[in-house]
Amino acid sequence: MTLLIGSLTLGLILALLALGVYISFRIFDMPDITAEGSVTLGAAVAATLMVGGHGAVVSTIAATLAGMLAGALTGLLATKCRINKLLSGILVMTALYSVNLHVMGKSNVPLLNEITLATRAEQFGAALFGTSGDLSIAGWEVGVRDASMLLGVLLFIAFACVALYLFFRTNLGTAMRATGDNPQMIRALGVSVDMFIVFGLAMSNGLIALSGALIAQYQGFADVQMGIGIVVLGLASVIIGEALVGTRAVGMLLVGTVMGSVLFRLLVAIALRWGLNPNDLKLITAVFVFAALVMPTLIRRFRTTVPTPAKAA
Amino acid sequence: MLQIEGIHKTFNPGTVNEVRALQGVSLTLNQGSFLIIIGTNGSGKSTLLNAVAGSFIVDTGTINLADHDITKWPEHRRAKLIGRVFQNPFSGTAPTMSIAENLALAARRGKSRGLGWAVGRKGHAELRERVRTLNMGLEDRLDNAIGSLSGGQRQALTLLMASWLKPDLLLLDEHTAALDPKSAEQVIRLTHDIIARDKLTTLMVTHSMQQAVNLGDRIIMMHRGRILHDLQGSERARARPEDLLTRFEDIRRREQLDAPVAEMLQNFYV
Ligand SMILES: Nc1ncnc2c1ncn2[C@@H]1O[C@H](COP(=O)(O)OP(=O)(O)OP(=O)(O)O)[C@@H](O)[C@H]1O
Ligand SMILES: [Mg+2]
Repeated sequence: MTLLIGSLTLGLILALLALGVYISFRIFDMPDITAEGSVTLGAAVAATLMVGGHGAVVSTIAATLAGMLAGALTGLLATKCRINKLLSGILVMTALYSVNLHVMGKSNVPLLNEITLATRAEQFGAALFGTSGDLSIAGWEVGVRDASMLLGVLLFIAFACVALYLFFRTNLGTAMRATGDNPQMIRALGVSVDMFIVFGLAMSNGLIALSGALIAQYQGFADVQMGIGIVVLGLASVIIGEALVGTRAVGMLLVGTVMGSVLFRLLVAIALRWGLNPNDLKLITAVFVFAALVMPTLIRRFRTTVPTPAKAA
Repeated sequence: MLQIEGIHKTFNPGTVNEVRALQGVSLTLNQGSFLIIIGTNGSGKSTLLNAVAGSFIVDTGTINLADHDITKWPEHRRAKLIGRVFQNPFSGTAPTMSIAENLALAARRGKSRGLGWAVGRKGHAELRERVRTLNMGLEDRLDNAIGSLSGGQRQALTLLMASWLKPDLLLLDEHTAALDPKSAEQVIRLTHDIIARDKLTTLMVTHSMQQAVNLGDRIIMMHRGRILHDLQGSERARARPEDLLTRFEDIRRREQLDAPVAEMLQNFYV
């Protein structure tokens, strides 16, 4: 049960990352690898500030801003300096590795006695459920700490999704979506596509760094390696999400991405439980994303070639 | 009013792919004038429109529009003054977004875009009214994605979007060329109605001599990056499709004559 709740909680936190990847990959059609650096940057900034005695909320906000800065930098390299988009991301990601080490001062920062957002969630849960130790939900015994953490994260993600959904329906948000959908059109309607790419990548990496800051507080440490493979993981969530909701409407896709992230986390937990070697996890994730990307084309080709054997003969 | 003064544009200068697409084009278009551009393939018609829209910056020359020197303005800044419909029906709209959202984007052409609702309840009613004028039944499908519409419906919507906030200049580049005859006719009628109603200053490229003589109040014919003929006033009023075709035939004959002559001269002197 603890395992299930744990995966749910982590899946929800990683949903923020998946939402960030959704913005760069689906809205701007750009696989932005800056994410690998900015998720760690978020964790590093938040953990370091908290160890330095700053409040959890302030530290988390600062982490988000740091991520936005990193994303904006990638955007500027790609637009103002006309560097290939993928390369811009790689440059910033590589630079961030050193930056993260500088921020943390070492490769791992533990959060032991600091009051983090996780501690706050626990306090909130204790006030809500009492401190009896275990809760009984539908016949399951659940630790109060786990339950309150899950509840806190759930509220947080719900808020983030609603905020994003509303944003995408404003003048600014629709223009941003149109920038990815048809840049030629939106330019003819007076929007600086370059500016929106910078802005969009800042938003994307802000969400990703926020996710990193929450992971650090949930796990109790920030580690310089934690970003490795995170883009592919985010892509997997986005792709599962699209398969789950099966439409192109923004609201549904946001919900789908969150569900995709949680489902993916659960699948990983089950696979590990069945004895999957953790070292193989990234390989399997990569293969999964590969399959999800080529499948639609393969199926289409299969469908168009098979029913017309007369033509081939 | 649009004033173009001696603009030149060479693509890929100094390479084997060098193309002198515009070689000194000057043109003054009065307020409310509707100009039709015809010309041979590759004569620079689209390039002229792109130069005005700001898809690139011209090598030399100046472009003035509505008392602004826009020669160095980036494309998105010029969009404040210019409405545009492309040849490809896919180019003018965002396919995954709804009709209402696309129109809402056009309703803020060249304006700041903040955190107000893109499609409010009040806005929705106005969108309906305007879309109804297209007579395509699209007013009941405002929340459908544009991607589900036919090319003709998209071009009609793009036209509506381009003219939503009366632009100082409307650019139409063979905007019916990719449509079936019936849709093309519908879009042309719409084009005529909108331009006449709002008295829009317009540059329209077409390959149809019929459209050229039926629409607009002035015709220019381009060839090799230059304006070859400029029909205005009574000359324009007398123009028939056959006359225009004769002029094309002239160009062709001269070209055919040119090629052997050039060869002969080369053999002679080189
Ligand atoms: N971006 C570009 N890069 C290189 N060459 C270009 C570019 N745009 C146009 N050209 C070249 O400039 C010349 C003029 O092209 P343009 O598209 O303006 O012709 P057009 O008159 O619109 O022809 P059509 O009737 O076929 O549409 C052509 O030789 C074309 O190949
Ligand atoms: Mg053309």
